[in-house]
Amino acid sequence: MNNIPLEYYIALSGILFTIGTLGVILRRNAIIVFMSLEIMLNSVNLAFISFARYLGDTSGEIFVFFVMAVAAAESAIGLAIILALFRKKQTIYVDEVNVLKH
Amino acid sequence: MTITQSYLNNLMASVGYFAPEIAIVVTFIVAILFDLMFKKSKNIAAYISIIGLIITGFILSGNIGISKSLFDGLIVVDPYSTFFKFLFLITTILIMVMSLSYKELYDNNRKVGEYYSMLVGITFGMFLLASAVNLITIYLSIEILSLSSYVLAGYTKEIRRASEASLKYVIYGSLSSGIMVYGMSLLYGATMTLDVAKINVAILSGHVELFPIIIGGLMILVGFGYKMSAVPFHYWTPDVYEGAPITITSYLSVASKAAGFAVFIRFFKDLYLLPATSDINIWNTISNFHWQTIVAVLSVLTMTVGNFVALWQENVKRLLAYSSIAHAGYILMAVVVMTNVGITSILLYFVFYMIMNLGAFFVAQLFANKIGSDDLKDYIGLGYRSPVLAVLMTVFLISLTGLPPTAGFIGKFYIFTAVLDKGFVWLAVIGVLNSVVSLFYYAKIFRNMFLRSVADDTKNNFKFSAPAFPLSIAYVLAFATILFGLYFSPILNWAENSVTMFK
Repeated sequence: MNNIPLEYYIALSGILFTIGTLGVILRRNAIIVFMSLEIMLNSVNLAFISFARYLGDTSGEIFVFFVMAVAAAESAIGLAIILALFRKKQTIYVDEVNVLKH
Repeated sequence: MTITQSYLNNLMASVGYFAPEIAIVVTFIVAILFDLMFKKSKNIAAYISIIGLIITGFILSGNIGISKSLFDGLIVVDPYSTFFKFLFLITTILIMVMSLSYKELYDNNRKVGEYYSMLVGITFGMFLLASAVNLITIYLSIEILSLSSYVLAGYTKEIRRASEASLKYVIYGSLSSGIMVYGMSLLYGATMTLDVAKINVAILSGHVELFPIIIGGLMILVGFGYKMSAVPFHYWTPDVYEGAPITITSYLSVASKAAGFAVFIRFFKDLYLLPATSDINIWNTISNFHWQTIVAVLSVLTMTVGNFVALWQENVKRLLAYSSIAHAGYILMAVVVMTNVGITSILLYFVFYMIMNLGAFFVAQLFANKIGSDDLKDYIGLGYRSPVLAVLMTVFLISLTGLPPTAGFIGKFYIFTAVLDKGFVWLAVIGVLNSVVSLFYYAKIFRNMFLRSVADDTKNNFKFSAPAFPLSIAYVLAFATILFGLYFSPILNWAENSVTMFK
């Protein structure tokens, strides 16, 4: 594993993070938005793991567990909210949810 | 073996100071259990939560004046965090009491047990956030705070705008916390530690790459800025504040914002403060990068956008949302100077802001109970239909504008003093001009209540007041608003004693 330099991992995580962020901003389907959020958090995990591995320090790996737990809780709540909204409005497209725009 | 032993000793020594948080968790669990066991009494979770939080307050008073690092540097207990914890406790208790008389919440025979226990959960998150000094605890406590807020914002899920507010809140919130945690990973990669104090040491040693630290710091600022609803991270604020139940709106505008400021100030102070020097200018630790300018720009943007957009609002909740954005801007002004005087004025301002903002939202809630609307046009004639409430509202609006003899004036006065003290005349001038602008939209509410003729249709012309108990709370808040405008030295002393961490 050590044959692959750290920069590769960080570059990959940066690419994933960009994809995730753009997905959240550009996609209109709420489910895909939440998938993009997961991609963002996974890029964070990748960055933490690779830093921890190369620096020989475990606290980064510990952080990853917390990020995973929070990501799970976040998507659970997010899906519940999407469900509540779907019952009212029969749509999961974010741009059709616009009572509050002035 | 000795390492385990010392770790255990550290743990045992820490648990005692962690008692307030433990009390909150116990309250949370007991409230849920009793709510499940006694299905008939609707408000049992509310009563248990209020009693539990009052007990927490007594336990917390044992931590006054103590300065200690707990759990191997994961969190600290110090006067600064204790001050904020009392602020959170009082806000939460007030909000719970206010929620008891909120009609929209009790409509449709809704179960409200989770509502109150979730508020306790938020309080726990804010307690941790006020004392977090490790990237893990900062991230976790922000998420504890956010996750419960997402649910509460959409608690009245039959009302479509509540679900919509909740969805927007969860998307914006997750996005900004994702950006924040990526920034944390960069800080970690550059300095090999998650402890904010050790990151500071690493930065000061000069052997680290500055680029990831600057980028990481900016990304973390996104997360905090979202909690403080500072422009340009404020997009969620108006929508969520308008859509959420009004009690939650006022809660987010006070407690959640205070928690954001608490962690923001502590984080950047810990990260960039030069510990050795007493005469600090902490923003210049990283050479060639002007943090101070960035925060000053944020502050100017926040108050200007907040105030000017508020001028066009037709919904009182939305108007107060923009006003709360503007207030975040005033407070950020005092963060820019980052001196003892500045932080004292922030703490002082938060106490006053809590009283007047909760009061304004509470009167709006009492209005909504009767007239079933938050629209500004429905406020026409309320001064005649409900003179008591309208006068109380006026008191809070005067205070929010920052006119004497109210608490809001004292708060603003101290912030401007602190800013001028450090020679930021241009910043203070912009702040004063903004206060003038804010007078227009606060006066708009006043004008609609008192100075416009009542519509003729008899249906909407009944006179009303609030029930005795909610009314007495509004009286207390209004009384406090005026009292602290005239006599505030105890709070000032308390705030001054709470910022001893800035040597």
